[in-house]
Amino acid sequence: MSNVPVNNGRRRFLTAATAVVGGVGVVGAAVPFIASWNPSARAKAAGAPVEVNIGKIQPGQLIRAEWRGKPVYVVRRTEKTVNDLAKHDDQLRDPNSEKAQQPVYATNAYRSIKPEFLVALGVCTHLGCAPTHHGGDFDQFVEGVPNGFFCPCHGSKFDMAGRVFQGVPAPLNLVVPDHSFTNDGTLLIGVAQGDA
Amino acid sequence: MLMKLATNFMGWVDKRLPVTDAWNKHLAQYPAPKNFNFWYFFGSLAMLVLVNQILTGIWLTMNYEPSGAGAFASVEYIMRDVDYGWLLRYMHSTGASAFFVVVYMHMMRGLMYGSYQKPRELLWIFGMLIFLVLMAEAFMGYLLPWGNMSYWGAQVIISLFGAVPIIGDDLTLWIRGDYVISGATLNRFFALHVIAMPLVLVVLVFLHILALHEVGSNNPEGIDIKKPKGSVKPEELSKFTFHKQYSGKYDIVDAVPFHPYYSVKDIMGVAFFLFLFCWVMFFAPEGGGYFMEAPNFTPANGLKTPEHIAPVWYFGPFYTILRVVPDKLLGAVAMFGAIVMLFALPWFDRGTVKSVRYRSKLHLVNLIQFAICFVVLGALGTMPATPTANLIGVIASFGYFGFFIALWFYSKNENTKPVPERIAD
Amino acid sequence: MKKLIIAVTFGILCSATTLLSFNAVAAGPSIELDKANNDLSDKESLKKGFKTYINYCLGCHQLQYQRYNRTFTDLGIDEADGVANYMYTGEKTGDHILNSMPAKEAAAWFGSAPPDLTLEARLRSPDWIYTYLRSFYIDESRPFGVNNTVFKDVGMPHVLQGLQGVSTKDEHGKLSPAMGGSLTSEEYDVVVRDLTNFLEYVGEPNKLERKALGYWVLAFLFIFFIIAYFLKKEYWKDVH
Repeated sequence: MSNVPVNNGRRRFLTAATAVVGGVGVVGAAVPFIASWNPSARAKAAGAPVEVNIGKIQPGQLIRAEWRGKPVYVVRRTEKTVNDLAKHDDQLRDPNSEKAQQPVYATNAYRSIKPEFLVALGVCTHLGCAPTHHGGDFDQFVEGVPNGFFCPCHGSKFDMAGRVFQGVPAPLNLVVPDHSFTNDGTLLIGVAQGDA
Repeated sequence: MLMKLATNFMGWVDKRLPVTDAWNKHLAQYPAPKNFNFWYFFGSLAMLVLVNQILTGIWLTMNYEPSGAGAFASVEYIMRDVDYGWLLRYMHSTGASAFFVVVYMHMMRGLMYGSYQKPRELLWIFGMLIFLVLMAEAFMGYLLPWGNMSYWGAQVIISLFGAVPIIGDDLTLWIRGDYVISGATLNRFFALHVIAMPLVLVVLVFLHILALHEVGSNNPEGIDIKKPKGSVKPEELSKFTFHKQYSGKYDIVDAVPFHPYYSVKDIMGVAFFLFLFCWVMFFAPEGGGYFMEAPNFTPANGLKTPEHIAPVWYFGPFYTILRVVPDKLLGAVAMFGAIVMLFALPWFDRGTVKSVRYRSKLHLVNLIQFAICFVVLGALGTMPATPTANLIGVIASFGYFGFFIALWFYSKNENTKPVPERIAD
Repeated sequence: MKKLIIAVTFGILCSATTLLSFNAVAAGPSIELDKANNDLSDKESLKKGFKTYINYCLGCHQLQYQRYNRTFTDLGIDEADGVANYMYTGEKTGDHILNSMPAKEAAAWFGSAPPDLTLEARLRSPDWIYTYLRSFYIDESRPFGVNNTVFKDVGMPHVLQGLQGVSTKDEHGKLSPAMGGSLTSEEYDVVVRDLTNFLEYVGEPNKLERKALGYWVLAFLFIFFIIAYFLKKEYWKDVH
């Protein structure tokens, strides 16, 4: 004999209703557990936009800033470096920055807001090492290109716009984070141009 | 198609692990007396609260910092900076009090219907062990927020162990791991609270349920639903199918399968309980200062005692018994004795009639006075010690212990009513 | 049987009620507190309280668990306004509301270091804060020349004296109205009520959110209970 002698429509309906409403309850109860894994207010405060004083950077010099625990390279490129960027496009994987490794406002030939200033995460797109800046002696890695970034871990190479060369392990250009310049010329990393 | 796949899969599993059999044995074909009343909700509710405590506890450890320097601030970090951290914390703190409400009701049920009597002694012992571990768990957990009441509450309770003759002082030093309660104490309490005690608790709960299903559930009438095999006419047998484990050995009457009958009933109970629980949690999470005590909103300070140190309400009954005895060692003995009495209850009761419904008027009166004394002791435990409170406490303590002593005397030749053979509809 | 449950429950309830009311008397505060009657949903009041706190209290008392930007969001202050009008020390908006008072020296100046006030409203209650700030009186025997009826021999000066003026206490312990402040007694009460309101907010910034969520959860559970009740009734037709 069955343990459920009557299995009428009313019973089926109530069982389904309880299951559905109960299921909604379980999902609702799961919300705080899942939401609590989001970055906390402390993490957000620590990851707040970083101000960088760019007034003192010499042409050709790189300074490092820290934003959300990652190194950010800020380079003041010389006019010659900027002009030379177009000369080795044929050796790059993504010369026109078609992959979304930069915000829209930095999707241009210099991958920056102002041609003079490159702002890029110092995190190799291969496995996350910090590429080294070679100012003047980069031609030991790529002939005819005097400046660039070389990743000591697995030999990936990037030009002065953070674009990756062909034939190296790194698949993508260096990430250009959201950044903007305030009215008095301070660089703000983490705030998109136009949002500030 | 999908059904067939599921059937095949379960067939595969069942050949390797008796999952379907266990489901039937413990739920779908477990014979539960058909007359469970209100008091029988608290077992499944205790399970619900245990799951709540374990889940929210795991999530709290993700942001809690077990150190003297960081604990208090990390709790405020959870309350403010973590998304819904406040809710997880209130679920845990309200859950702690709810656990004891539920467990005390569950125990009261056992007292009323004689669920501790033969053959359920071991079941009762496992339950008492759960209660004991639960108290240790709650006590250690209460230190973790590292508020001033956490600190001084722990100070008082740990000092109890100083009452042990000869080794007392060394023992308290060993428990603290320092000359005062410090980060060292906090860290070991944290480890025990989040790993050791919960593990023990889960194992004990498992054994409690296994033991229950071995002897079967008692009921408000105290009438056994398992009759000797062959003693019941076929048309009198329960119309439901039960697992061979039970129906093979006994004739089962007046029973329903736990699932679906008691699972749907318990879902209803759970909904009602959660309504009350959430009411407290969302609108009065401090429980009027009883669930979260005001002095705990300032960090632990070894130089500044709160004006009135009170344990959390659920320790109240035992704390009062400790306090009314004017001797440190004897007070501690009386307090632990109060718990030992509960353990020994199956042997204090020499009667054979289980339910209070068929026992003497004397037993009913004894039971009521015990319940009242227990509540009075609990309330007194949260109050400052005044001479009046002390006097009431002494009387209530006598009532508490008197319950057991009196029971032992009158239960041998008790004037009971005849117990029916069958549970009436 | 019903009688037994009723008897036990009645007995327990009676004794509990008696004892708890007894408790309220026994453990209750020795001084009657005035009702703050503050309103956490009144954002203007909270803003004024925040401002008063920054101007008069923060110099000594930190809010070390509360962040500026959280406060701005919850109180409806936009960030630029907040930075300009509520942040004087040039921190970041994500920082906690701290001061630069050195704890050790502070302990020497006041007898004990001024406590953090983030949780003061939960530690002592809003009514206590409201009453306390209105209960300073002249007492020349104290280092700062004032004492307090709610907090005896308090180590703190009457910081809001410029607003309230000072009261005197007669031999019955009653305070006479304050004299010489820039505000009337009623205006001063409003300032203190706003400040109390702000401190209650800081004690538990998500209090309103908690209650708002609570109504939804209870409504949901009510519906769930109704459905579960009918489900139970339906199944138990088999038994009865």
